[in-house]
Amino acid sequence: MSAGVGVDLENLWIRFGDFVAVRDANVHIKGGDFFSFLGPSGCGKTTILRAVSGFLEPSEGNVLIGGNNMKGIGPNKRPTALIFQNLALFPLMKVWENITFSMEIKGASAKERRKRADELLDMIALPGQGDKLPSELSGGQRQRVAIARALCAEPHVLLLDEPLSALDLKLRQHMRTELREIQQRVGITFIYITHDQGEALTMSDDIAVMRAGVIDQIGDGKTIYNDPATAFAASFVGENNVFRGKVLEVNGNEALIRTNRSGDLRSRISTANIGKMKVGDDAMMFIRPEALDLAPTGTKGENFVTAQVTHEEFEGNSFNIFMEGDGGKEIKVAIPNVGQSFDDHTGQAMTLEYEVDNAVVVPAGELAAE
Amino acid sequence: MNNPVIRISIWVYLAIFFAYLLGPLVIMSITAFNSPSFPRATPWECLTFEWFSALFRDERILNGIKNSILVGIGTIILSVSMGLAGALMLTQIWPKLRATYYTVIIAPILIPGVVLGISTLVFWDRINRMLGLGADSVLSNGLFLTIIGQSTFIASYCMLVLVARLQRYDLALTEAALDLGATHAQAFRKILLPFMRPAIASAAVLAFLASFENYNTTTFTFGEYPTLTIELAQKVRYGITPAISALAFMIVVLTVFAALFNEANIKRKEVLAKARRDGATVGEVSGGVKLPGFFTGNAAAVALVVFAIATIAVVGTATVYNPKQCIANVQEQKRLETERRIQELREQRKRDAEAKAAKDAAEGATTTAPRPSNDSGFGGVFAPGTLQGDDETAPPEDQEPSDNSGFGGVFDPTNIGGGD
Ligand SMILES: Nc1ncnc2c1ncn2[C@@H]1O[C@H](COP(=O)(O)OP(=O)(O)OP(=O)(O)O)[C@@H](O)[C@H]1O
Ligand SMILES: [Mg+2]
Repeated sequence: MSAGVGVDLENLWIRFGDFVAVRDANVHIKGGDFFSFLGPSGCGKTTILRAVSGFLEPSEGNVLIGGNNMKGIGPNKRPTALIFQNLALFPLMKVWENITFSMEIKGASAKERRKRADELLDMIALPGQGDKLPSELSGGQRQRVAIARALCAEPHVLLLDEPLSALDLKLRQHMRTELREIQQRVGITFIYITHDQGEALTMSDDIAVMRAGVIDQIGDGKTIYNDPATAFAASFVGENNVFRGKVLEVNGNEALIRTNRSGDLRSRISTANIGKMKVGDDAMMFIRPEALDLAPTGTKGENFVTAQVTHEEFEGNSFNIFMEGDGGKEIKVAIPNVGQSFDDHTGQAMTLEYEVDNAVVVPAGELAAE
Repeated sequence: MNNPVIRISIWVYLAIFFAYLLGPLVIMSITAFNSPSFPRATPWECLTFEWFSALFRDERILNGIKNSILVGIGTIILSVSMGLAGALMLTQIWPKLRATYYTVIIAPILIPGVVLGISTLVFWDRINRMLGLGADSVLSNGLFLTIIGQSTFIASYCMLVLVARLQRYDLALTEAALDLGATHAQAFRKILLPFMRPAIASAAVLAFLASFENYNTTTFTFGEYPTLTIELAQKVRYGITPAISALAFMIVVLTVFAALFNEANIKRKEVLAKARRDGATVGEVSGGVKLPGFFTGNAAAVALVVFAIATIAVVGTATVYNPKQCIANVQEQKRLETERRIQELREQRKRDAEAKAAKDAAEGATTTAPRPSNDSGFGGVFAPGTLQGDDETAPPEDQEPSDNSGFGGVFDPTNIGGGD
């Protein structure tokens, strides 16, 4: 297998008429990495992939693959292979012909192709299925054939456009591990697109969070989850409780926020915003449901929140309490189910406690849609 | 639907409908096997295959068929490629222009064929002259002009057929091919064309049929290459023979055969696809032992086999059957009949003359022969045929046709056309 090469996007702009689909993207992807673009539907993820694979010329800026500028180089000349959102398997070709299409183009003999197809079919755990038509395979099998077809072209960069979105949950989880394994085995660069944050977190070395054509943050899963740079990243990746307010004071990497409903709360400032947040700025503070804990009712302080319980639910691994929150949004508290008994608190006021380090504050901004 | 009146009227309606659709074809097919030299189904004289041999001896018809096939092939190639180009263009063009483009490209279907024929002729004549070429150049060649002229509108038909399929094509397939290293030409040849193949086949058949039957346009452009329709039209002007029925019969047979074959083939594919889905191997389904299984539920295949056997039987009979004796008998009978009638006529005249002499009156002009006693099954019916003048034993022209046969009169109007 070919070694992975790096991909760089430099000041990349892509416009469709007046509409800006990608705005000034700057991304450095290391060779051999599993890199994900994570963002809601319509934020420009596919557009970026199409620019990398050569189906779209950037309006401005450059795409570099392995350090080479790809300007003017067509998709059939780039060392990339794209797995389409709808897979785009050739419906009239058998599985083995599909897989080895890239060899047929180069004039390989049927025998060579058969041999290579069998190797790849073994790798994707579909031995002996080469003579079927794509329509005779299940969704997950088709998925794997698409991967094999792309790998057969021996690309340096494999681009995957939400390849798991059509699968059911179980299969999706299974394919996540499988994809990650394949990537580690072949060692080439994977650029993966998804709007599922679970997928991005479990598989990726690095993640770029996108919102409406803009890349909000790039970092590994832990950074994105624990140390979001924007309100959007904080609210899009995983569940999060938001507290709106204004910055009251800043002490180094901590700030005191005067929230609209819950009094003054202390929080860590997210790394990307240290030094940028000033007293009086509009701010948003985020605390994960699992970072909140029950405290003795009525306790006051800079890390205590008191609110009315609206309803509760039992989720199996956790017991969730929902409380009246800011701007119509509820505050969710997840208490791990480790055998203790729970009372029904509906209608009562309850006090919650958190570690200042587990709260993060960012400048006020757009939140992800629910 | 349960009302018997409604049900019966539906059946009656269907019967009338199919009689209307297929009746002429059936009658015409029968005439191809009847011996009289004017195409007629009744009375049945003798079974003959003479008209088929007559057909294959007719140089002009054969030449017409040859030209029609040449023109058909040319039209297929030109129309299908233009249609495909047009269809591809339709999917690529800016959405705003699409409606306009569609109208323009469909317009030739709406323009009368005569206009297309004249314009083709005038247009290429102009070009021919502008290039300073003579009357024998390619551009004024009948074959070239006919193909070009017919393709002007047949290409539009082809485009309609192709667009329908193209709309179901996923452009991502072409992109996938490019992404895997194919050039645009390779992606077109290996991905798009195979996908379009069924539609291309339909378009080709459509183009051939449209070309084969075209008269309006061709009549202006055929030059030295009269097609079959042109030849037939010219023949009909001088009267037709059952040889043309024979030709028509063959066309009908070929069409039915092709249709049945196609239907059977589709059914077969369905059966195979189902079997594949059910996990059986192809061999199990199409293998010799299981073949009868494939016939069950495939009415078309059964019909095809019956049809093929019938055809073989007919051709077999034709090679051994000799209608000469029958024809001789009929002619002998005709001769006797005619003689008898001449005799009758003479007697009648004699009696008339006697009466005239006796009465010497103006009303004696009645020439009506007494109705011949309908003693012969053929008697009255042959009389109309005699009007054609194609019978050596024809009686004098002044003989009155006897209209006592239910059929005799029916053919009269056509008989005026005369034989050849
Ligand atoms: N060819 C085009 N012409 C005009 N606008 C386009 C075109 N392609 C994409 N867009 C617009 O660009 C934006 C981003 O599209 P893109 O396909 O990249 O979204 P995405 O992030 O892949 O979404 P999804 O998760 O739904 O696939 C969308 O608003 C879309 O309407
Ligand atoms: Mg997309």
